[in-house]
Amino acid sequence: MDFVLLIFLPVLAALFVPFIFRKLKNVHTGWFVFFVPVLLFIYYLGFIRLTMDGEVAVSELSWIPSLGISFTAYIDGLSLLFSLLITGIGALVVLYSIFYLDKNREKLNNFYVYLLMFMTAMLGIVQSDNVISLYLFWELTSISSFLLIGYWFTKDRSRFGALKSMMITVFGGLMMLGGFVLLGIMGDTFSIRELTANASTLVGHEYFTLAIVLVLLGAFTKSAQFPFYIWLPDAMEAPTPVSAYLHSATMVKAGLYLVARFTPIFAASEVWIWLVTGIGLLTLFWGSFFAVKQTDLKAILAFSTVSQLGLIMSLLGASAIMYHVDGTDTAIFKFAAFAAIFHLLNHATFKGSLFMIAGIVDHETGTRDIRKLGGLMSIMPVSFTVAFIGSMSMAGLPPFNGFLSKEMFLTSMLALREFELFNFATWGMIFPIVAWIASVFTFVYSFYFVFKTFAGKKKKEALPLQPKEAPLGMLISPVILATLVVVIFFIPNIIGDMLVKPAVLAMQQGLYTHPSEVAVHVSAWHGWSSPEFLMTLGIIGVGALLFLTMSKWQKLYDIQPAYFSLNALYDSFMIFGESGMNRLSRFYMTGLIRTYLLYMFTFLVLLTTAVLFIKDAFVVDMDSFAPVSAYGILTAIILILAVCMVLFAKTRLAAIIALGGVGYSVALFFVIYKAPDLALTQLVIETVSVALFLLAFRHLPALKNHGESKGFRFGNFVISLGVGIMVTLVALSAHSQKLVPSISQYYKDTVFTEAAGGNIVNVILVDYRGFDTLFEIAVLAIAGIGVYSMIRLRLSRKESSDENK
Amino acid sequence: MEFVMAIIIGILFMAAVYLILSRSLLRIILGTGLLSHGAHLLILTMGGLGGTSPPVLADGVTDYADPLPQALILTAIVISFGVTAFMLVLFYRTYGEHKTDNMSLMKGNDEHD
Repeated sequence: MDFVLLIFLPVLAALFVPFIFRKLKNVHTGWFVFFVPVLLFIYYLGFIRLTMDGEVAVSELSWIPSLGISFTAYIDGLSLLFSLLITGIGALVVLYSIFYLDKNREKLNNFYVYLLMFMTAMLGIVQSDNVISLYLFWELTSISSFLLIGYWFTKDRSRFGALKSMMITVFGGLMMLGGFVLLGIMGDTFSIRELTANASTLVGHEYFTLAIVLVLLGAFTKSAQFPFYIWLPDAMEAPTPVSAYLHSATMVKAGLYLVARFTPIFAASEVWIWLVTGIGLLTLFWGSFFAVKQTDLKAILAFSTVSQLGLIMSLLGASAIMYHVDGTDTAIFKFAAFAAIFHLLNHATFKGSLFMIAGIVDHETGTRDIRKLGGLMSIMPVSFTVAFIGSMSMAGLPPFNGFLSKEMFLTSMLALREFELFNFATWGMIFPIVAWIASVFTFVYSFYFVFKTFAGKKKKEALPLQPKEAPLGMLISPVILATLVVVIFFIPNIIGDMLVKPAVLAMQQGLYTHPSEVAVHVSAWHGWSSPEFLMTLGIIGVGALLFLTMSKWQKLYDIQPAYFSLNALYDSFMIFGESGMNRLSRFYMTGLIRTYLLYMFTFLVLLTTAVLFIKDAFVVDMDSFAPVSAYGILTAIILILAVCMVLFAKTRLAAIIALGGVGYSVALFFVIYKAPDLALTQLVIETVSVALFLLAFRHLPALKNHGESKGFRFGNFVISLGVGIMVTLVALSAHSQKLVPSISQYYKDTVFTEAAGGNIVNVILVDYRGFDTLFEIAVLAIAGIGVYSMIRLRLSRKESSDENK
Repeated sequence: MEFVMAIIIGILFMAAVYLILSRSLLRIILGTGLLSHGAHLLILTMGGLGGTSPPVLADGVTDYADPLPQALILTAIVISFGVTAFMLVLFYRTYGEHKTDNMSLMKGNDEHD
């Protein structure tokens, strides 16, 4: 079976959603949608056996073969892990949304169409082998994310958040496309597999570093890295199932996927390692630090997501070091890649469950403001348990999966000290220190999230709704995720063998041939004196202290003025963009046709003249000129006089007659130059034209100058003089310069044998170029209809206005 | 003769552009008329003016005028007539609606954005 087609299954299913929604009002539309991710999840599970052996599966669908662009689906360990996340979490989120979104009040058809569209886009990103189709799916996720954030489009905040996320991620996407094009130029292919295979030839290419920066801009904007993270908190206006799905478990991880996927290509670069690790670590710290400031439950989770994405990003950067060390040293660096993938998986489980709990709290109490919440533990015991498990895992405590990956993260950051290249020897110490500080804040906001909501005193009077435990259906998904959080802690090595090691194999191609060579064994216990244990003890100690004294120092955040923030920068940029661009367009778009004609004529003259001289195309071949004839000169004088009369005529009648004079002189030229058909046509047409002018004459206003100043006229004169000279030059060189032989001889030779005619011009018109003549008649007919309708239009309008009176 | 024609074509284009840039609607229409005359002569001149007999097959004649530009111009003449007629009625209607033929007054306003 061609599994590439399965990528499009969700979007195909989306076609039916509006019908189902309209026809079956009694059943929640989500139940039908639910089957799509479930089926796909079960199908993708079958690939685990394949990737565990280090094998890959490829399925091709050609699209634009001439440009080397195709939809090639490619499943290896990394794609599979993401595909399972997308469909698995997708299924849970759809299940959750069935109870979260009311089937009678919400526009479920829109919601599920967007969601299924997103699913296709996301599967497309992680399975595409071709960078161009990857880009296409990448932008499709931005668009579906925009639609989902703006789902409650009557709210200002929703529209603002949707636009913000769109602007930032599409900006990054375009940069990334630039990076892909550069990669295509360097490697002469758009296939990621081929690029990876030729990675060594790309290093040192002049575009290499530029391509890195551009691709990373795409990854950083999508994965909400510093300083682009500002869209993620505003994206929380989306319905909570969307936040759980797009903005924590899947879409924001697309950037991580991209970095992981391109690691084998870019790992050789110092810029790559520093940027990915550095920005990742900065984001980790920044996100965790500002998470404590937030008072909205979902905002806390948004900043925590930013921070956790930074953590995984820094691990991905550190894992690239594997390409620079060899021999016995590798063991210590192996952890980073494994930890990155492992934490990515763990984060999806605990953060997904936490988002769902935030949604439940919002749904059951009517508020997400943590200052109004408290003491919900006894009312919502199941929700509390799930929130507790998720938060403790996020804080990095045992026995939850977050503990394991947090330990591995610390190990990896400590290992950076051992790396000798690229100035890491001097700066390496910074990594474990920042990591430790960020972990302390992670601990604080995890506790802040769960205990300020569920523990403490009840503040019932402030809540908009009477709080109660959520319905069973809504709890299923978070409970499943929370169970996974605990289960993974106890069987990390089974999960590691099944999912993580094949993904590491894909991420570090060329270093291993089989997943089993990624010899990483996860253990919860490192010994009393290991640095990881001591760091964890410190995190718990300092974190607990900070949490208990939180009310005293949380106010310090208010010191930062609102105008001095990245959000203010974004806002002013948007405002400046809108008003500045508006002013700029108003400056040159005056609304006057004359202005636009001036631009056109000026550029026409400049471009044509410049090309004429740059290409050395101006040639005058005197020898080929026909001899000057007396009749010709005489006609020329008449014509010039007539033109002058048109120009200087004071009355309408004189101008019209002079124009007729020009036309008749042109007809005389046709006679002189042996063109009898033209002369006849010109005479007839000119006569009819003059008659038409004279007919309309009665209705036309007298010729007026409308206050044209001397300067105005002089400007017109200069432009028209330029056009006149340019056309003269073109006429001379067009006559003298024959680049290709004329096809006229063909007509002369074949006119009798092929078309049995004698008048060559007529035969060309009705025979050789018969269609052209047909369309000419069509143009005339259209002009006639235009003339007729313009006159009719006035009559009907006049009639209707008369009726109104 | 081509040199003379090139200058005449230049003058026709120059006069046409000058009229088109003016403020009076009637002058603009006159300008488009001159523009098409110029274009027709331009096509004719490009092909060469040296033929000694019209492009109609006759015994013993070999030096025909170039038939291709003539065929093109024949089409163009008819089309330009259609354009002129259309423009004229457009002008007539515009004047009827706005009671002015001053182009500088016809620039729309913010309501039209």
